[in-house]
Amino acid sequence: MIELRVNGRVHRVDADPQTPLLYVLRDDLGLNAAKFGCGLGQCGACTVMADGEAIYSCITPVSAIGTRAIRTVEGLGTVDAPGPVQRAFMEHQAAQCGYCIPGMMMRAQALLERDPGASAAQIRQALQPNLCRCGTHMRILKAVARAAELMGRGGKT
Amino acid sequence: MRRRACSVRETLPHDGNTFRLRLALLAAAALTLAACSSSGPIDSTPPPRAPGPFDKALVLRGARLAAIGNCITCHTAPQGRAYAGGYAVHTPFGTVYGTNITPDPDTGIGRWSEAAFVRAMREGVDREGRHLYPAFPYEYFTRLSDDDLHALYAFVMTREPVNATPPANQIFVPRPAVALWKARYFKPERFQADPSRPAGWNRGAYLAESLAHCSACHTPRDALGAEKKDQYLAGGEVGAWHAPALDASSPSPIPWTAAALAAYLHTGLVDEHAMTAGPMRPVVMNLSQVPEEDRRAIAEYIVSIDTRAPREREARKQAALAHAPLRPAAGTDDRAVRNGAAIYAGACGDCHDRGRAAEGGALRLPLAIGLTIPTPRNLIHIVRDGIVPGVHDTRPWMPDFRGALTDGELADLLTYLRSLTDRPPWRDVDAEVKRASKGAG
Amino acid sequence: MRQSRREFLATGGALVVSFTLAPLPALAQEGGHAAPTGPKLPGSLTRNPMLDAWIRIDANGAITVFTGKVELGQGVKTALQQVAAEELVVPFERITMVTADTERTPNEGITSGSNSMKDSGTAILNAAAQVRAILVDEAARRLGVPAAQLTARDGAVHASGRSITYGDLVAGGNLHVNAAAESKLLDPSRRVVMGRALARLDIPAKVTGGVAYVHDLRLDGMVHARTVRPAGPGARLRSLDAGAVERMPGVIKIVRDGNYVAVVAAREFQAIRAARALGDRTAWEPAALPQDASIHAHLLGLPARDSVILDRGSPDAGTFAATYRRPYQLHGAIGPSCAVAQMRDGKLTVWTHSQGVYPLRDALAEMVRMPREKVHCVHMEGSGCYGHNGADDVAADAALCALALPGRPVRVQWTREEEHAWEPFGPAMESRVRASLEASGRIGSWRYDVWSNTHSTRPGKAGNLLPAMLLATPFIPEPPRAIPQPEGGGDRNAIPLYVIPNARVVSHFIASSPLRTSALRSLGAYLNVFAIESSMDELAAAARADPVEFRLRHLEDQRAIAVVKAAAERFGWTSFERRRGHGRGFAFARYKNLAAYCAIAMEARVDPETGDVRIGRVAAAVDSGEAVNPDGIRNQIEGGIVQSISWTLFEAVTWEPQRITSRDWARYPIARFSHVPESVDVHVISHPGSPFLGTGEASQGPAAAAVANAVADAIGGRIRDIPLTPGRVHAAAGASAAA
Repeated sequence: MIELRVNGRVHRVDADPQTPLLYVLRDDLGLNAAKFGCGLGQCGACTVMADGEAIYSCITPVSAIGTRAIRTVEGLGTVDAPGPVQRAFMEHQAAQCGYCIPGMMMRAQALLERDPGASAAQIRQALQPNLCRCGTHMRILKAVARAAELMGRGGKT
Repeated sequence: MRRRACSVRETLPHDGNTFRLRLALLAAAALTLAACSSSGPIDSTPPPRAPGPFDKALVLRGARLAAIGNCITCHTAPQGRAYAGGYAVHTPFGTVYGTNITPDPDTGIGRWSEAAFVRAMREGVDREGRHLYPAFPYEYFTRLSDDDLHALYAFVMTREPVNATPPANQIFVPRPAVALWKARYFKPERFQADPSRPAGWNRGAYLAESLAHCSACHTPRDALGAEKKDQYLAGGEVGAWHAPALDASSPSPIPWTAAALAAYLHTGLVDEHAMTAGPMRPVVMNLSQVPEEDRRAIAEYIVSIDTRAPREREARKQAALAHAPLRPAAGTDDRAVRNGAAIYAGACGDCHDRGRAAEGGALRLPLAIGLTIPTPRNLIHIVRDGIVPGVHDTRPWMPDFRGALTDGELADLLTYLRSLTDRPPWRDVDAEVKRASKGAG
Repeated sequence: MRQSRREFLATGGALVVSFTLAPLPALAQEGGHAAPTGPKLPGSLTRNPMLDAWIRIDANGAITVFTGKVELGQGVKTALQQVAAEELVVPFERITMVTADTERTPNEGITSGSNSMKDSGTAILNAAAQVRAILVDEAARRLGVPAAQLTARDGAVHASGRSITYGDLVAGGNLHVNAAAESKLLDPSRRVVMGRALARLDIPAKVTGGVAYVHDLRLDGMVHARTVRPAGPGARLRSLDAGAVERMPGVIKIVRDGNYVAVVAAREFQAIRAARALGDRTAWEPAALPQDASIHAHLLGLPARDSVILDRGSPDAGTFAATYRRPYQLHGAIGPSCAVAQMRDGKLTVWTHSQGVYPLRDALAEMVRMPREKVHCVHMEGSGCYGHNGADDVAADAALCALALPGRPVRVQWTREEEHAWEPFGPAMESRVRASLEASGRIGSWRYDVWSNTHSTRPGKAGNLLPAMLLATPFIPEPPRAIPQPEGGGDRNAIPLYVIPNARVVSHFIASSPLRTSALRSLGAYLNVFAIESSMDELAAAARADPVEFRLRHLEDQRAIAVVKAAAERFGWTSFERRRGHGRGFAFARYKNLAAYCAIAMEARVDPETGDVRIGRVAAAVDSGEAVNPDGIRNQIEGGIVQSISWTLFEAVTWEPQRITSRDWARYPIARFSHVPESVDVHVISHPGSPFLGTGEASQGPAAAAVANAVADAIGGRIRDIPLTPGRVHAAAGASAAA
């Protein structure tokens, strides 16, 4: 049995400790946001946060998580009470197919918690590990900048 | 002769090594008493910037030589324009920024005559007569032939001029102190061929010891940053990385052959050896653009420095290939090794257990030099940052595990991997991991 | 049958209830390749004329609208709901949209070709208008008031003081009638819902972790499968050592049929490990592929079928000559394809992100040898597919695995390497321009030849499904076909919109292809517009004319002129300061010469030493007819520009003699944030009341040419081979500097 802290709750999962976190999140905990994009750490669609740091959940075995606090998009807010990053992405309609977006959001959340005053250039650089194939990049950049504004006002969420 | 005001900058060295600080301050103090000696400026009329007077074949030859010299790497900032300077070279004495060597007249070397260029390369003195920090490897370039310098000048003078001023150096050794250092450690000289060796070997020796300046990274240095000449190519440090020994003490599990090394210098990826990583990557990227004969010559020369007998090298190779299975022996009770093995199985084994020949497989790690060098530093960088090609580069990709593993997990993984070799455990792995975290590459 | 339904409905049952009792064929049109019969009706109504196939209203007023098109992330579901809400005069939120499902929705073939608004939007626009008219007429009958005195509003029909809800007005199967050819459409100048940039319906779930994709579907007892694909195209299975893999944890079954191999396990990671282990224990007899480096020469040496698609006047041999090339390129969906299938009680259900559930259903039925009615395909979203990618193939994988494990839902997830290596590619193409200028500075003569493999191998037939091709008794792919003009395949947009007195365009269709190809967003338009618009710049230079002005010289279509001028103005074309290493480029095309008009201006900064290209400002103008959701249009054009920049600067499929080598993002790099533009500004020109013009593919071609033109402007050297790699840019810069 593996114990995981995800979005503020403790879960006990009967999984092979070598299972990458991504599959445990999706299949055992029913958390759909983090996506399988490559399983190779090349595209960032699987990005979640562990103790505030953005990680590739597709190459991180659950055994390596330990007591670190995992956060996924589901932990940022809900449809009725969205967090600032989610609000910003909806405001800017920053999605086409939307498959890469949760990874983008978690990378942005990690950046903005660490550096709330990140510049446009720094945001662009921080998102470099994440791929988008639909070409939604411009909106994603605007949404992250907007999220920084929203977080600045209301404090971190 | 123009005098320059001598000022002692008080910037502390990067790692706060007080011994070095005292030594350097001593040197600086000695210098404030001495005359600020330097060579005089070389006047010049601004040479033509258009490629007109430079023969195309000469420029191409210069391009080939510049690739071997890896000039573009130290003279280009990350995201910066080519050759326009701004690349930070971290030394134990502070940080030096590569200069703008585009033919821009105001911020580059557009006003440098060929004589000024040659003097800089051979003597480490700029157009105004100031001493250049030996981070610029004139100790090696001094060996270049007249013809090669002529071609290199044609090459740099035909690059795109870029108006860009690099950041100011943050080094506490004043330039005049460099004169002392040079007096002690540097002697301009030409390359001397060894008549007992074949022409190909001499060519390789010439390239390696002048342009390619392998020794600058692969030879250990003393506290004043001078090469330890009696430990030629016995391994050195370059920034946060270790450059492995290439002589008889080479830790490479499979000893290098000339053919393998030549192939490595071409693609960075050769059977039974680790992929190129860290500061060696740009070297290989540049060498991949030169003719095969140049790489082959360098490889033959370098391999000849490893004086082990063929039988010993073969025995070493067989021992490496016949290596024991990757799991620690039953009954091992070292907690770190056990924990590291578990981490390996979950994070690394799916690729690294299968070998490179398998689709999606990677080098079996007992063959990796990162495990056998004296420091875990290289492996820390590789695991933390991955080996990620540039955006247009289609070479293999190892993902970064920076966030995946905590410091403690990384330390255990390193301990486990080291236990797969016949080397003694690394000292102070935890401290190395923490130090690498602070340095942030 | 219809009689008994009417009797049932007369007792007041809602249509929704009746749906479950009525035999399926009465409600859902037959699928397959059957040509639409009957009179020509607006859009997809021709093929699906029953109004209640499109719109259902139940007794309590809930409205369901059905479309045979699918949401690909292009916002079509939202746009269609806007169309329905407009003509039904109900609040947008009152409607539930149902997308392609072989048991519930009309058959609209494939969501492709940028035809969704034209086909489905037009059908729904008219169906909704006609439903509204029927309900108004019913109200008039009941209230004894002339219909002209009634207004439909907010889901009810109103007379002075009295009103009847739509739910109450539905009776006696009054919507179960064929559509008429004409509709009483509302005044387009008074739009309430259409024309507004409403927030997309699908985004909230996507940013909060809701179930949004077929990848998220989980059914009770669901198991996981992974395939083991051949070593390379055409490879045949030589040996397979399954023993050790069968004993691996969680492995339920190894499916093997000829060259087809898959493994099913209880948990996903177990399937991943088992498939990897099985792959390591499988030996293949490889097939030989032609050389990567000389593929265009190889293709041009194959037999081709020539069609003259434009023959006007007498073009001469041409003083300007240029050859353009494009390699095989990937769809490269960010989420590899996925499907879930279950075989239960003699019925096969497949949840799929296929663009065409009806043709897929037919192909699957053929492959598993079951009657069509026993195969049910339901669309759930996938990641962006940009054409025919692995979606249909993985559905076939799921079907085969489901049949091997009757009763269990089976989820098949393609790997990244699988998607990269086995999706049908966008075909390699070559084209040649020969043109001459008149003394007046206009193009007098234009010859254009284009060579291409097929851009269409979608299922309808089982032989177009990869798994079916691998079976011991394989299904043979259909003979490749060329899509005829005016839509075209390899020759899509091969005919310039410009007015040229003497012009001849020949399309050379190469049936035989060493690699599997199919539709990739914009099909041949990408290369053809790249070629035509690059040539326009070179001809403009020869005529010493400004590139924008030169294009206007040759345009008579007023809408084309409008987008060209708008893009140039918004970019600041005439005030741009050109410097070495910093240039600007322009391009224009009307997609298929039938759909949306798009003009693009952009600037590029090029480092001649490294060959690195960075795009700065981009300004685009687009005319899509009536813009139902302007933000959706902007999103598609922006996305198409960024994607096309990636194709044009980075992308080429690579292979060795026996296997595809571009198997992941390392070996097939695409543009990352570092290489997307500084800014993209899209100006939408809307014509309310005008037919909808397909937009999703309109910017691919112009963006590619604008990149090439901007790079040429920056370095003074022209590159005609896609991709414009750093090596090619460096060489062109060096060549021009030396010249």
